Amino acid sequence: MPSAEPRGVERREARLAYGMVAPAVATILLVALFPLSWTIWESLHLHDLRMPWLGQPFVGLANYADVLGDRRFWGAMAHTAWFALASVSLELVLGCVLALAMNRTFRGRALVRASILIPWAIPTVVAALVWRFMFEGLEGWLTHDVLAWVPVILADTWKETPFVALLLLAGLQGIDPTLYEAARIDGASAWRQFRFVTLPLLMPAILVALIFRTMNAFRVFDLIYVLTGGGPGTATEPIALYTFNSLMHNLRFGYGSTLSVLVFLVTFALALGYIRLLGRELTETRS
Amino acid sequence: MRRQGRWATLVIAALVLGSAFPFFRAIAGSLTPEAQLFEGAPLWPSPAVLDHYHALFTERAFWLPIRNSLVVAGATTLFCVTIGSLCAYALARLRFRGKALLLGVILAVSMFPQIAVVSPLFLLLRSIRLIDTYPGLILPYLTFAMPLAVWLLVGYFRQLPAELEEAAMVDGASRLRAFREVIVPLALPGLAATAILTFVYSWNEFLFALSFTLGPERQTVPVAIALFRGQYQVPWGQVLAAAIVATTPVAVLVLAFQRRIVQGLTAGAVKG
Repeated sequence: MPSAEPRGVERREARLAYGMVAPAVATILLVALFPLSWTIWESLHLHDLRMPWLGQPFVGLANYADVLGDRRFWGAMAHTAWFALASVSLELVLGCVLALAMNRTFRGRALVRASILIPWAIPTVVAALVWRFMFEGLEGWLTHDVLAWVPVILADTWKETPFVALLLLAGLQGIDPTLYEAARIDGASAWRQFRFVTLPLLMPAILVALIFRTMNAFRVFDLIYVLTGGGPGTATEPIALYTFNSLMHNLRFGYGSTLSVLVFLVTFALALGYIRLLGRELTETRS
Repeated sequence: MRRQGRWATLVIAALVLGSAFPFFRAIAGSLTPEAQLFEGAPLWPSPAVLDHYHALFTERAFWLPIRNSLVVAGATTLFCVTIGSLCAYALARLRFRGKALLLGVILAVSMFPQIAVVSPLFLLLRSIRLIDTYPGLILPYLTFAMPLAVWLLVGYFRQLPAELEEAAMVDGASRLRAFREVIVPLALPGLAATAILTFVYSWNEFLFALSFTLGPERQTVPVAIALFRGQYQVPWGQVLAAAIVATTPVAVLVLAFQRRIVQGLTAGAVKG
């Protein structure tokens, strides 16, 4: 590199960079950030597509106040939290077991990895339909307030555990094998090796999987829309489905947007935690 | 060591069988004659029939949603990989102000809950008359596909040694030319993996396709299957046949490129 004009070179490089990122940035502004601001704006207005004569008056935080007193909203929040807790803990435990079992060389490992990837890659709609088919044969499950959760949680676990396992497997493969040798020489049992070597070193990967899966579980929509439709009644309705129904069925855009903003805020809080964790990982491994 | 190995084999066998079982049920169901399906589907049908697959393409015109999905997912992928790779290269290699911020924004947008932008996108598409059209699906798909593609590609570009394009530039090539002629060919496997993941996510997408289409003319595969209705009850044989048809391309892609996909997923875990 000629060092005669370092500032000019730098400036040229920056100009080129802006040119290269511009189309993608414009796209993201148009299809993500602009709509998001619009959602926030809508949430401050009364906007009911069924009653166009009302116009779109500004109502301040009235929609938010309504949401806080809406029992169906709190029900949906509770369903979502319960779904996230149940499915994510199952996925983490099973994923960890699977990762440990796969963290060794054996014949057919590539095949195993491929075969567990398939549930993860198929459309959620398909997964939901297959599980609904299997439970529809069992009298009374899908029509029971509590039992209807069983196929939902099983389907989610079936579909998402592979992803968790692969994340954890990558974490396991990063652990220095000499640590186990040292532990063995010190006479540590298999359990103690897991407890005091594997677990602490796997913690970052576990946290990443945890936050990531919780975030996705919080947005659950396709799975429940197809498997139970939120029913019986609203017994399995998650927040994203309630929001969708308010928007696309009842056409209450102001109120539905308020629900959207709340979903966004919760996911955003989780995402911030995730980005901080990932940022730490990235700066450690990539710089 | 011996005992541990056996334990691991057992666990793997159990989990692989467990994850295969629903597929087995779906395939069995899709081959079961209609009459047997209503009286509780048998574990494996005898005789196994292809009636449902036949009906899928004759009565249901299932090629229509397949065509729609191919067009929408294909266009989304093409757009995201070309535009995204330019952006990702700059993020991976060039120095400019606001880079960290931009990376943060892209990561944050990739985690947007889709439901948070459904209503404005609907109003926007309605006002420019794009509801129930291909662009009316491709445009919304960019919300999740663009950040995903950029994020994955940044990871792939960073893995390539910087000396390569520096050598090309010393030889007098411009940055852009070095990018096009040195980096892109080398990053081809990464570009392919990104394209596959983008395609799979677009192929599987449901919420936007459900909200922004009105009828079978433009419905994608997931929406078409989810809305299958029979005269009296769910036509399970056809639904399951459709599920198998919808799964096959994705399964083939994943099997063919599993190593790359796993790398991409675990390096920059963006989507679940």
